[in-house]
Amino acid sequence: MTTVAEAPAAAPAERPGSLVGRLRGWASNPWGKPRFLTAFTWLYVAWSLVPVAIAVLFSFNAGRSRSAWQGFSLRWYTGDPDLSILHDPSMRSALVQSVKLAVLTMLIATPLGIALAVGLGRWRGRASKPANFLMLLPLVTPELIMGVALLLVFVHMIPFIDLGTGAQLLGHVTFTLSFVVIVARGRLFAIGKEYEEAAMDLGASPMQALWHVLLPLLRPAIVVGALVAVAISLDDFVISQFLVGDSSTVTIPVRVYAASRLGPTPATNAIATVLLVGTLLTATAAGLILRRARRREQRGGSAVEDLARLEI
Amino acid sequence: MVGERRWLWPSLAGPGVVWLILLFLTPFYAILTVAMGRIDPLFNTPIPEWNPIYWNPAVFGEVLSDLFGGPLTDTFLRTLAYVVTASMLALLIGYPVAYYISRRAGRWKIPLLVLLVAPFWINYIMRMLAWVNLLDTDGYVNQGLMLFGVLDQPVVWGSGRHDTVIMGLVYGYVPYLILPLFAALDRIDPSLIEAARDLGASPFRAFRKVTLPLSKQGILAGVVIIMLPMFGDYYTPDLLSGRTATRMIGNEISLLVHAGIGRTKGAALTLVLMTFVALLMLYYLVNVLRAQREART
Repeated sequence: MTTVAEAPAAAPAERPGSLVGRLRGWASNPWGKPRFLTAFTWLYVAWSLVPVAIAVLFSFNAGRSRSAWQGFSLRWYTGDPDLSILHDPSMRSALVQSVKLAVLTMLIATPLGIALAVGLGRWRGRASKPANFLMLLPLVTPELIMGVALLLVFVHMIPFIDLGTGAQLLGHVTFTLSFVVIVARGRLFAIGKEYEEAAMDLGASPMQALWHVLLPLLRPAIVVGALVAVAISLDDFVISQFLVGDSSTVTIPVRVYAASRLGPTPATNAIATVLLVGTLLTATAAGLILRRARRREQRGGSAVEDLARLEI
Repeated sequence: MVGERRWLWPSLAGPGVVWLILLFLTPFYAILTVAMGRIDPLFNTPIPEWNPIYWNPAVFGEVLSDLFGGPLTDTFLRTLAYVVTASMLALLIGYPVAYYISRRAGRWKIPLLVLLVAPFWINYIMRMLAWVNLLDTDGYVNQGLMLFGVLDQPVVWGSGRHDTVIMGLVYGYVPYLILPLFAALDRIDPSLIEAARDLGASPFRAFRKVTLPLSKQGILAGVVIIMLPMFGDYYTPDLLSGRTATRMIGNEISLLVHAGIGRTKGAALTLVLMTFVALLMLYYLVNVLRAQREART
């Protein structure tokens, strides 16, 4: 890299002072200081995160306003006898429903997704390509279309499953599944087939090689897949809303949406903040586990770079 | 043992594949049966028609004529305009950011990436709620703009303004565009740009002739991946405006499907939207599969 720094001259020579000349310098010169790009990037980061930070801040507002600060309080979390998360039954039930769905989704989607990832990763049959394609489809289908489709199925095709928790759970597993597969597949490619083949050369059956060799190697991916399933389920809005049954099956995002339309109070910000903390903690845990797995194998780069490059 | 090897992998994939067939593919058939079904004259409820022989395309035709020259034309054109404008704005914002982080951020690369990934794990509805608060008539946006003398009096942002909804869409979806862009730009071998420079290309020319063409796939992938959910968006205009003046196709579908009698029409409209976005979906998936093949060989 140091040799690069000494390489060609800095900004373009033509019209050094003009705006166009400087723009060109910013846009392209890989060796000068990109002041414009630096400022632009940090402005973008601020724009993308500061509004949410303000929303979190106002969940601690002592007054009812969401735009004038009236002092710090936990009123909207625990204090207020009617409207706080702790005392408003609709808030409490949204919290319970979100957590319930996330845990159940994780319990079903993780084994199903890991098995699907291993199967698709190793299987070279005629049907493996269509199966792979089918697995990718939910990732690019607009959620609205999936929501309508699932709603019509539960209303008209499977009348014995009512709208509500059951339908929501089946819906959540369906769109979470592919994400678990994607997480596990990256890891599968990294492991390669050598370990299983070595085990089989030493006399293990394919089943034994899978159970005693591949699965232990996949363990970080299984945990990360499970955490990703939790985070995605917690975050879902469209499917949960389309498949909502009675008011006890309203999840946090659905509750926040309804409140935002009808006149939110800081309690809305508070419950959204609780959700935010939940998903961020889950995602951070996933990131840290990925990082530890990398470190143990002494691979270069970083976990977040992996995550950022994680494409479908 | 060879036998076991043959059945082991498909049987591992089996449960997941069956799940997706039952709960992902079959539901699409359900849309068809409702869209092509009848309406019970007594209860005004849709009756799905399972047998394609008896499918009745009347409602489907009605929806098509509504969309092209009928009462839904405005919504259709508005959706297109919103999605295209918001995607282009997102690209204009996202490209410099992705470029900077992939090539120029130095020791800030990892911290910046963490900040870029953060919005993924902040609920979309909460990110909109944040703007609902900021755009209140007495909210921080109006306060700030009046403080700097941009505005004389507060603007009612949530009253069916196109700019509010487009800003919301850009804000909501930019993060999903930046990451594929980052991945594409990060893959470009820096020595290619050095080579162009050594051969006498100006920095601008090297960018235009090397970096830009090599990131084309990333640009297209990123734009498509945000256009898809935007075409199905109904919550952004609902939360930031809630007026008929800013309705998108998604709003019409969501309203129709939730009202019993409109469900047939809602299903038909969903079908139209599906065929519309299917091209985008296919384009994206074909690209993904090609990239996977190349990665393996």
